Amino acid sequence: MSIALLIEQLLNGLQFGVMLFLMAAGLTLVFGVMGLINLAHGSLFMVGAFAAAVAAAATGSFLLGLVAALVAAGAAGAIVEVIVMRRLYRRDHLDQVLATFALILIFSEGVRWLFGSFPLFLDIPSALAGTVRLPGGIDYSLYRLTLLAVGVVIAIALYGLIMHTRLGIQVRAGESDREMIAALGVDISRLYTLVFALGAALAGLAGALLGAIQSVQVGMGEPVLILAFVVIVIGGIGSIKGAFVGALLVGLTDTLGGLFLPPVFALFMENSAAAAAGSALASMSIYLLMALVLIIRPSGLFGEQ
Amino acid sequence: MIKRETLFNVSLLLGLLLFVLWAMISDQPFLITLATRASIFALAGIGLNLALGYGGMVSLGHAVFFGIGGYSMGILASHAQSGDPLVIGSLSISGTQTMPVIWLVAIVASGLVALLVGALSLRTSGVYFIMITLAFGQMFYYFAVSWSAYGGEDGLSIYVRNSFPGLNTLLPEQFFAVVFIVLVAVLIFCAVITRSPFGLALNAARQSAERARTVGIQVYRLRLLAFVFSAMITGLAGALFADLNRFVSPTMFNWQTSGEIMIFVILGGVAKLCGPLAGAFVYIALEHVLGGVSDYWHIYLGVLLLLIVLFARGGIVGMLVGKEHAHG
Repeated sequence: MSIALLIEQLLNGLQFGVMLFLMAAGLTLVFGVMGLINLAHGSLFMVGAFAAAVAAAATGSFLLGLVAALVAAGAAGAIVEVIVMRRLYRRDHLDQVLATFALILIFSEGVRWLFGSFPLFLDIPSALAGTVRLPGGIDYSLYRLTLLAVGVVIAIALYGLIMHTRLGIQVRAGESDREMIAALGVDISRLYTLVFALGAALAGLAGALLGAIQSVQVGMGEPVLILAFVVIVIGGIGSIKGAFVGALLVGLTDTLGGLFLPPVFALFMENSAAAAAGSALASMSIYLLMALVLIIRPSGLFGEQ
Repeated sequence: MIKRETLFNVSLLLGLLLFVLWAMISDQPFLITLATRASIFALAGIGLNLALGYGGMVSLGHAVFFGIGGYSMGILASHAQSGDPLVIGSLSISGTQTMPVIWLVAIVASGLVALLVGALSLRTSGVYFIMITLAFGQMFYYFAVSWSAYGGEDGLSIYVRNSFPGLNTLLPEQFFAVVFIVLVAVLIFCAVITRSPFGLALNAARQSAERARTVGIQVYRLRLLAFVFSAMITGLAGALFADLNRFVSPTMFNWQTSGEIMIFVILGGVAKLCGPLAGAFVYIALEHVLGGVSDYWHIYLGVLLLLIVLFARGGIVGMLVGKEHAHG
């Protein structure tokens, strides 16, 4: 295995990790502030990808596609929050799981009804096509490198928003005591709608950005959703910092597991069997990581005990 | 005096029998198969209900056990079909196509996996429990997808339905009879277990783990045992489901399967003995009726589910028999 391949896979892992963070940030905020477990977050990812694909095809501009994704997913999030989610905040997790599962059915079939079962395609903008030569002579996809940069910038911006703005202070206060901040005159239902729409917009953005390197189709949100859940469980539910660390861990485990496990298994198995078992273990390795973290720290790396 | 819920349960089972009888008389084998499918789904739900309803363990990973039941059948029957023995290390086992043997294997395998999954998952609670069971489900799903020896992503077909001594299981009504008897037996098992000291302690632990601990109940072990029983029933349902379709695939492990099993339970009524039965019947009926109306019937199902969660708590059984045993 060459160093170049290793670095390329490391970058892939980090890039996948920051995209997972965009998904996980919304989930963990919504859970931390409202106590809501939202399975339909993957549907907002899908809404973003479809909105971007349609807008980019109509206007020819990838950037307008991204704007469309942010707006569509944010609006869908706000509408869903007002109609359904706010009735669920005081319910137990079972009701939340079922209601948001129902929302997945509605979103998925609704999109299938509008766009059919065939995937749409969203092209990488021409300015970002091709590869870039990194120090050390490694050719790496410019688009993926941009994704990595965008993800890091958004993570920093989100951190600033939560730690240093009035909205962020209200969000953090809402996490620790929602009655108290309502008593202090904060319009709590508007705050909830805002937080939910923000999380939804981030999911939609992730959908649009990843939509350019995979196909845009119904059901694309659920695999990412489940990984995002793994991320927030590893990081500790409600913690933005935990979500970031968890996302990078999961991203790296996913890509490096696929790289390292088959050769490891080839040491004591036949080659073809090792390739099969190794790739099985690579996709399982994320879940093994999660089980391991929960066994050692049952409420995640940065969760409150 | 007979309680209203008991009356409801008995009429539900009698209704099922009458439906199949009518389907036999009017010669509609398709409807018998539909009733069999609903009964098997109900069985899977009854398994989950033991953990979710009575034990308060919201498992979003019961597809693991449904799938293990299915693959127990698939693996044993495919070896019997090909004649090659199943080799594990130095151990060589010949496959089988006899249902009771397959069931036993499915139950034991699901139970053992549940012991491991439960022992790890029950260290957490609340959302973490939901998530870790979901993650275990995905783990098994990906494993099945890449397990090329047994079909990988394409799954595994079995050409002849497995046999039950003395019966011709290829006839829909005879296979239904087998499923129905299993269903009733499991219902009796659940009725007994939930009224036993074990069931009462489980209920106490669900309402307040702390109080249960104070009176000396070992909550962790109690829940683990309930989780294992629950998995065994769902595993048995998985083996029957595989036999109904003569086909197993990784889809059985998919998290949507876990979601569907949960829908049967909640649609019917959480912690009601026959709740999953009512839920699965209504689900299959909806699928049959709405599926004929529109290809996109999942939208209507979604809306219906949403309305039930938001406005009709207690499910079908709760609506029909009132809130004698309701709990929040």
